[in-house]
Amino acid sequence: MENIINIFIKSIFIENMVFAYFLGMCSYLAVSKSVKTATGLGLAVVFVLGITVPVNYLLENFVLQEGALTWLGSQFANVDLSFLSFIMFIAVIASMVQLVEMIIEKFAPALYSSLGIFLPLIAVNCAILGGSLFMQQKEFLNIGEATTYGVGSGVGWFLAIVGIAAIREKVQYSNVPKPLRGLGMAFIITGLMGMAFMGFSGIKL
Amino acid sequence: MSDKEAFFSKNNLRLLTDPLGKQNPITVQVLGICSALAVTAQLKPSVVMTLSVMVVLALSNVIVSLLRNTIPNRIRIIVQLVIVASLVILVDQVLKAFMYDVSKQLSVFVGLIITNCIIMGRLEAFALGNKPGAAFLDGIGNAAGYGVILIIVGFFRELLGAGTLWGFQVIPEGFYDFGYVNNGLMVLSPMALITVGIIIWVQRSKNHELVEENK
Repeated sequence: MENIINIFIKSIFIENMVFAYFLGMCSYLAVSKSVKTATGLGLAVVFVLGITVPVNYLLENFVLQEGALTWLGSQFANVDLSFLSFIMFIAVIASMVQLVEMIIEKFAPALYSSLGIFLPLIAVNCAILGGSLFMQQKEFLNIGEATTYGVGSGVGWFLAIVGIAAIREKVQYSNVPKPLRGLGMAFIITGLMGMAFMGFSGIKL
Repeated sequence: MSDKEAFFSKNNLRLLTDPLGKQNPITVQVLGICSALAVTAQLKPSVVMTLSVMVVLALSNVIVSLLRNTIPNRIRIIVQLVIVASLVILVDQVLKAFMYDVSKQLSVFVGLIITNCIIMGRLEAFALGNKPGAAFLDGIGNAAGYGVILIIVGFFRELLGAGTLWGFQVIPEGFYDFGYVNNGLMVLSPMALITVGIIIWVQRSKNHELVEENK
């Protein structure tokens, strides 16, 4: 239990997707002009990361890793398919996003219309693939830890995008030097927010 | 573009040079930021990353452009992802075989070339509507524009952060005796963002067309 909480806190604050690894920057910069849309995209990312990371964890441990296919029979014990992991992960992510889209459309039409265009875009958000690739590196012990990691990094991304959207809404009223308006300012704000988040990096869990 | 047009005609040369300046993928089109920031703590990984992206982008542009009339419109994203992912696997295996230390340093970011927005963006915007030759040049040009920013950021971060370039000591030992200290903050992630922010600032104050109004 303690382990799970550690992973959760660590993936939100200390190893924040945006500030520590710059993942999902493209949509982070493009969709952070208003808090409302940022919240929608953030929720969708939490949702998709929470599903794809555990699915890819199962895939990694029961199909791709060296010796993972032993459950099929002892002659498969030496098969190592790990070179296929990129293509398998991206296929899982693309199809999961499609599936999630269909399920939400069917059972929660209100949520679907508010997330709208963001859902399909998520398939090419690097934060999602990044989540799965980091999961592969970290070698979690069980699927609970992997799920926690997925949800936690989603929540971290959500916090980051809602935070910057709120700041950018305020910055509109300030007198920023002309060449720095828009993109330039967004970068510098993110840098400053990143420095604030670095304050968490000393915490040992 | 007609078939008779020379390979290095004016139009085609523009495909190569535009992305270096006013159509730069990072500072103007806002594509491919993720990897651009994460790998630039030193010069060497920045250069390796640029070359990997160049290979993947040029080849995937050519392949998608060759297949552009046969890919059904509705599943084109998946088809493109599969093409890109296969190329990235090739690059990853080559890096692991010949440059193991750099490949370890780049860690997940080689895999993340798959979802690098530059690649999807160029495939959607250019390769699907143009001939393979032009698509190849467009790929090289955009990867070069991406690389220029990566190398500038990598150069300053390594020089100011560690006093080295490509792993060699550049700042003379004497400086340290006079109390010069490496700026450790440059190596950490926030400074990458701020460095790119400053590059955008410089570029836009030189080129007023790019200034965003009312934002």
